[in-house]
Amino acid sequence: MSRSGYSPHTVAEIREMLDTIGVESIADLFSPIPSGLRARSFPLPEGMSEFEMLDRLEVRAARDSREIVSFIGGGCYDHLIPAVVDHLANRAEFATAYTPYQPECSQGTLQALYEYQTAIGRLTGMAASNASLYDGGTALAEAALMALRITGRKRLLADCSVNPFWRQIVRTYLANLDVELVEIAPVHGVLDRDAARALFDDRVAGVLVQNPNFFGSIEDFSDLASAAHRHGALLVSAVYPVSLGLVKSPGDMGADIALGDGQSLGNPPCFGGPSFGFMAVRTEHIRNLPGRIVGETVDREGRRGYVLTLQAREQHIRRHRATSNICSNQSLCALRGLVFLASLGKHGLVELARLNRDKAEYAKGLLGSVRGVVVVNSAPTFNEFTLRLPKDAETVVERLLGLGIAAGMPLVRQYPGMGDCLVVTVTEKRSRQQIDRLAAALEEVLWS
Amino acid sequence: MELIFERSVPGRRAVRLPTSDVPRAADLPENLSRPEAPGLPEVGELDLVRHFTALSRRNFSVDTTFYPLGSCTMKYNPKALEEAAGFFARSHPLLPFLPSGERFVQGSLGLIHELSRLLAGITGMDDFSCQPLAGAHGEMAGMMMIAAYHRSRGDRRRSVVVPDSSHGTNPATAAMVGCQVITVPTAPYGDMDLDAFRQVMNGDVAAVMMTCPNTLGLFNPHVAEICDIAHDHGALVYCDGANLNAVLGKVRPGDIGFDAIHVNLHKTFATPHGGGGPGSGPIGVKAHLAPFLPAPRIVRGADGGYGLAEGGDASIGRLADFFGNFGILVRAYAYITMLGRDGLIEVSEHAVLNANYVMSRLQGWYDLPFPGPCMHECVFSAARQMKQDIHAIDIAKHLIDRGFHPPTVYFPLIVREALMIEPTETESRATLDHFIGAMIEAAQLAETDPDTLRRAPLTTPVTRLDETKAAREITVCHPAG
Amino acid sequence: METYFTRDHEWISVEGTTGTVGITEYAVGQLGDITFIELPSVGKAVRRCEIFCAVESVKAASDIYAPLSGKVTEVNRTLESEPEIVNRSPEGHGWIARLAVEDLSEVDKLMGRTEYDEYVRGLE
Repeated sequence: MSRSGYSPHTVAEIREMLDTIGVESIADLFSPIPSGLRARSFPLPEGMSEFEMLDRLEVRAARDSREIVSFIGGGCYDHLIPAVVDHLANRAEFATAYTPYQPECSQGTLQALYEYQTAIGRLTGMAASNASLYDGGTALAEAALMALRITGRKRLLADCSVNPFWRQIVRTYLANLDVELVEIAPVHGVLDRDAARALFDDRVAGVLVQNPNFFGSIEDFSDLASAAHRHGALLVSAVYPVSLGLVKSPGDMGADIALGDGQSLGNPPCFGGPSFGFMAVRTEHIRNLPGRIVGETVDREGRRGYVLTLQAREQHIRRHRATSNICSNQSLCALRGLVFLASLGKHGLVELARLNRDKAEYAKGLLGSVRGVVVVNSAPTFNEFTLRLPKDAETVVERLLGLGIAAGMPLVRQYPGMGDCLVVTVTEKRSRQQIDRLAAALEEVLWS
Repeated sequence: MELIFERSVPGRRAVRLPTSDVPRAADLPENLSRPEAPGLPEVGELDLVRHFTALSRRNFSVDTTFYPLGSCTMKYNPKALEEAAGFFARSHPLLPFLPSGERFVQGSLGLIHELSRLLAGITGMDDFSCQPLAGAHGEMAGMMMIAAYHRSRGDRRRSVVVPDSSHGTNPATAAMVGCQVITVPTAPYGDMDLDAFRQVMNGDVAAVMMTCPNTLGLFNPHVAEICDIAHDHGALVYCDGANLNAVLGKVRPGDIGFDAIHVNLHKTFATPHGGGGPGSGPIGVKAHLAPFLPAPRIVRGADGGYGLAEGGDASIGRLADFFGNFGILVRAYAYITMLGRDGLIEVSEHAVLNANYVMSRLQGWYDLPFPGPCMHECVFSAARQMKQDIHAIDIAKHLIDRGFHPPTVYFPLIVREALMIEPTETESRATLDHFIGAMIEAAQLAETDPDTLRRAPLTTPVTRLDETKAAREITVCHPAG
Repeated sequence: METYFTRDHEWISVEGTTGTVGITEYAVGQLGDITFIELPSVGKAVRRCEIFCAVESVKAASDIYAPLSGKVTEVNRTLESEPEIVNRSPEGHGWIARLAVEDLSEVDKLMGRTEYDEYVRGLE
């Protein structure tokens, strides 16, 4: 009988199997491991039933607070998720399959990923998408590597208004390579275009921007794309997919690589993961994409079907010359993204984006009218904006947390000169009442 | 089958959004606005449910089918793990970055900290980071730490040694950290040739990367010696922990000389594979590499509370947006908690039992280039069947018609016509016997009726697909209109 | 015009100082259906035995080594849209690039047709 795992064997079956193999005991099967190499210890508690385990985990989970009203985003957003997303994506036929190496018995995953790629292509205004990457920050790092690879150059420019965590990931990815990352300090929450233009020359592989950026500002990067292209460099644009219901797509702005984090599309915050990264490019760069790509083809009867394609780019074939080392991606999260987008549909996504902007504009107006509070963004914003407070932002945020409100993300740790600033995020899930309460609480914390 | 885009009818909607309780904001200026709504499908909710339910039925999966995909460890994923994950789906990852915000996420931070401790005990390492988002990402973390370690000692090392049987991710990762790859051939006993290995070792080698047990499903008896030789040259040894499920409780890579290891939670610790991900690849290290672990670290204070530490100057920095694939960490933690010491030992014992059972039942029918006993998987070759011009792929497709997901084919690259079978511990003897029957049938058909194999599969929604056409006439997004 | 072969299954036909490079029938047989040729850039200087382009099939990617040192003067752009030409005519219309050969004496290190055919027979 099985002791505690999920192995189904009875004692009698084990005996028969050992007899078939021709050994006395299971221990004999481990004989290739020299005794000197055996584990010195295995310091784990004994097992338990699923019921006892769930009780324990429920107690642990209860140590997270669920009472906080959250106005934080910064790459992870609290959006509505239609019930149909969980229901469909959690189907075991999707969840317990793996990478569709055998296409005939994996058409479900393959077609869904092809549909996902199509949705991402249309959303971003780009010609070709891969089947997902890990998350937004690693997608940005992969895009940076891709720009270096395509141009054969060794220098990247990055707008400092790109998510600072994501830029940290880019720095980590580049640390061992003989390349240079030049970061451009923003002005009034937008890219310093003069500085960027002055840095363009024929050594630059690409420029990394984000739209809306970390401060919440939306910009038209069409001019930057032209400037980059004049010097043979690429425009790499990170985007917030929900905003694309309203905001001009990176494709329309002339970006060469568009990427972002897909958590906001049907994936819960879940303490930051799993999420998925998406990446889409112009046709000419498709062979430089990292990760899996699904392509359309036909079977022997001429029926349409889908396969993993352009696999010769990937690590399992090209090994050290692959476009990336990525193997597992975030397929199931991408599937959630697809079901989410399909459930909202063409006009639903626009409506969702508008709802976000409307709520955020309401909040921006209200908070901006609190005595001493200034909106930093010189450009229009989507569902995030930056406030300058008359006091230290960390102190204010800490006091508001005490009132059960996560009022925003103070910027001082990432932008040392911005100690009095915080980024406020307002999704469609925040009610007018919650926004009013935030404004009142801010007024109280600042002035009473 | 229709695409969801082809089911689209203008004006149809699945989901209704809440009514706005705030005034409508002014439109964005024209140069920032999207000229028309994105071309997403317009379908009703039932259309959506029928479509994706129909798609799901065109998939083989562990819950429906035996899935002995070698190297991928397609074991059963206990349903209780999903329930556990549901407890934790709500917390925002930026909360602990707010001043005194960590007090609102003590449950989540504590779980990651505790999982790190458990993984350290399982692998014999001193410290872990759960930030890497997949196995290959863990490898990257490990190799970056090794590079940083050498750099901190003023030592520039530019090459990485891998056996020719390695996963493709190993050399690809080495390249991503700026290293040259030196490949060592496999000796007849099925692992890195010791003499060849000695010859390539020198002071420029930053690391040796090895899978333990290796991708042929064999435990290399010389592994400690390889570690010693590498260390003598000042190199560190990295363990690709993809096959840790074979040796739980039997071998701890940290005990035998490895300096770093990633573990694949989606393999060894039973989290679902999701049709390609999310996985999770926590990275474990010995104390001398710990200062280089990715930032931020989750630390436990003197008061027992958990918080974040940005990591010192030595840290390789941030590797993922937040704390890793947290939902996967919860499932793995639930699995380890539930199985415990005894259960995990049973995992490796029964995984090895099942693989050896399949191996011994099939070795009369297929070539076995590296004889066992094997560990958790066995690698056959269809070289014998090649005489009838039958390839590993034909056998794989026949298995699909018999209701089994095929083994991994054509990997490891060093085995001609490889068929790599990993049954896992969760399969019953009856299932294994049915599978063995289908494999034997394929071997017989190769002799008597090879055309049947070449035609397979015939029971699937599509027959064999034209991969050449897919690669030559690239269509990766459905054209609009 | 004389044609020479490498152990990695490239061929080069030399006429004057111009060498036309491709991959052999045997190489094509090993690779299967070719899906993409990563052509070298015109003007690129290559050393003998150095990687100068790559050929992809569905399940493999193979580096092509320069049979002789020289400078790339021309590439077969037709292969960008019709890589299958290499399958149909590897030693004719499926040529990959032309080189301005730097040192004709390097041909001594290559095999002639008879020697190469024998070498291939040894591999089978």
